[in-house]
Amino acid sequence: MSREEVFGKLNEVFRDVFDDETITVTDATTADDIEEWDSLEHINLLAAVEQEFGMKFNMGQVVSMKNVGEMADIILAQIG
Amino acid sequence: MRELEYPFDGEELLKKSKKMKRALLEERTDFLEKRIAVLGGSTTHDIIRILELFLLEQGIRPVFYESEYAQYWQDVMFDNPALLEFAPDLIFIHTSNRNVTGYPSLSDSEERVEELLAKQYEHFRMMWEKIAETYHCPVIQNNFEYPFYRLLGNQEAVCRQGRIHFLNGLNEKFYQYARAHENFYIHDINYLSASYGLEKWADPLYWHMYKYACSMQAIPAFAHSLSKVVKAIFGKNKKALVLDLDNTLWGGVVGDDGPENLEIGQETPMGQVYAEFQGYVKAQKEIGVMLAVNSKNEYDNAIAGLNHPEGTIRPEDFVAIKANWEPKSSNMDAIAKELNILPDSLVFVDDNPAEREIVRAQSPGVTAPEIGAPEQYIRVLDRSGFFEVTNLSEDDRKRSDMYRANQERSRQQERFADYHEYLLSLEMEGTIRPFEAVYMARIAQLTNKSNQFNLTTRRYTQSDIEGFAAHQGYITRYGKLTDKFGDNGVVSVVIGRVGKMEDVAVYRQGERPDSGTDGDVLHLELWLMSCRVLKRDMEYAMMDSMVKACMERGIGTIIGYYYPTAKNAMVKEFYREMGFEKQEETDNSVTIWRFPIPADYKEKNTVIRVAEERMEKNL
Repeated sequence: MSREEVFGKLNEVFRDVFDDETITVTDATTADDIEEWDSLEHINLLAAVEQEFGMKFNMGQVVSMKNVGEMADIILAQIG
Repeated sequence: MRELEYPFDGEELLKKSKKMKRALLEERTDFLEKRIAVLGGSTTHDIIRILELFLLEQGIRPVFYESEYAQYWQDVMFDNPALLEFAPDLIFIHTSNRNVTGYPSLSDSEERVEELLAKQYEHFRMMWEKIAETYHCPVIQNNFEYPFYRLLGNQEAVCRQGRIHFLNGLNEKFYQYARAHENFYIHDINYLSASYGLEKWADPLYWHMYKYACSMQAIPAFAHSLSKVVKAIFGKNKKALVLDLDNTLWGGVVGDDGPENLEIGQETPMGQVYAEFQGYVKAQKEIGVMLAVNSKNEYDNAIAGLNHPEGTIRPEDFVAIKANWEPKSSNMDAIAKELNILPDSLVFVDDNPAEREIVRAQSPGVTAPEIGAPEQYIRVLDRSGFFEVTNLSEDDRKRSDMYRANQERSRQQERFADYHEYLLSLEMEGTIRPFEAVYMARIAQLTNKSNQFNLTTRRYTQSDIEGFAAHQGYITRYGKLTDKFGDNGVVSVVIGRVGKMEDVAVYRQGERPDSGTDGDVLHLELWLMSCRVLKRDMEYAMMDSMVKACMERGIGTIIGYYYPTAKNAMVKEFYREMGFEKQEETDNSVTIWRFPIPADYKEKNTVIRVAEERMEKNL
């Protein structure tokens, strides 16, 4: 899967979870950019991303992930 | 909404909960609003989020109070104006084995282990007692699931110092408490986590990262299971299971294959599956579920199939059998009418997806689960929890008998020319008395279940009912009816509040006054009757009893109120029939009725022999 395809799918997940069809994420997107993205929604978001790509984040990754770009890197590394 | 019916896709629910909530709120308007306090020993945010979806689906619109993280015990035990003001209709205690504080260590003596167990139990018991004292509302309490690791391996449940042994002991104490306390219900997460898979349930990442008692993925299963208990407490259980026959209760088509060639019994694997399913269906009767047949068949063929010697179910197990060539949706409506229940109380089981679809479309309200292959029927029905048991009342166990007795009565009725003569022939005996302890559960259940013959549709919990019974300013009556065919149990409930004429202004708005209860007017806050005793003059007997109670207390006027709902049109003119005069009709079609009690009031009931003293056999 290309990085572009990963971002395409991530957009869908973000739109579902935050119920907002206007969201488009980029490498630099963080929780500060999306109003509803708080610590509780973050858990839900990660679970939805895991389901979409059929992978799991480990605790170390969850703790260190800084932005959507890093999220995409981890996904790409796991699903190849 | 089909997405919320078992088997559901939990991950979709987690992802799209916001969109689904919006859709559910648009789907209907007649929600029952309930205030639910969720007191957690772990994070409860997502449990509440998904629980809300399942409750909306059941027609319950919850308003939540959520404790701060892990404050479940403190929230109850210390002064809590916020929770008091919230005035919960239900309190749910979300604890898990992560909240157990004092496990035994391997060096502990037997006595020490007992001591620890007693101490841990006491922590919870104190809290439950405090809730009962302060909030008078039903409580749902999780039991404990097994821990995800075992120091002692296979001995963990055997050794007294093992954690599984400890949790089993604690759970048993919880169950004992539940058996002894009516308003207290266990949510069995030990079974649920086993059924879901403990390994997937107890993901340590979710505890250490977010303080979740179970993984996010398990939350939909958790919330669904919890919603079943909640809706059962609030009277939203289904009442009847309607079954197709061919390839549903047996393998094969009885009309084509002949009854002797049906697959049922111990001869083949498929025959065994159907035999087990028949046993499961028959057992539903024991928990008060009524059974009916809705099948495209010749009637005689259907009966022959149901009498198959290898089957366990028999024609007399059903309260209605519709085996004909009518569309199944019309049969469905006929069954609802015959049993005097609403279509949304019916569950339809049919192996044919097309028939399920037609019934869903043509008989709105009927639930027709995606039942799967024959070997999955039991699991789908069982997990769906349509008939979730909260407490097994005697009435539940006898319900099918009562309906069959009803059918006997209708057959008899045809032989009497005069209806009055028929009623007399039933040899009816009524017991009409103020609310009494043994019937509080049934009375509360009726206020939550009765929709059609219900003048004000006020829903009450058992503690509300106990409150009215104890209050001097209320006149309460329950009515029980027995006849020569059987005991109908408690079938009618009337609640009146003593007050002044001015109180009408409050009742007109659908509210209840909080002023004093002195005065010479009785305001009827509730009058309901079970439809199974329609046209038996029970309402006259109730009226007589209320009038008599009023006269004894010097009350001169009774005011009745009719609040219209989608379901209670049948009692729109009820008070007129009782001799009331209509005083006004508001813009919202609420009608207000007045009955000045004449000094020479003549009893209206002439067919039921009423005992005011409780009959010995009911004690």
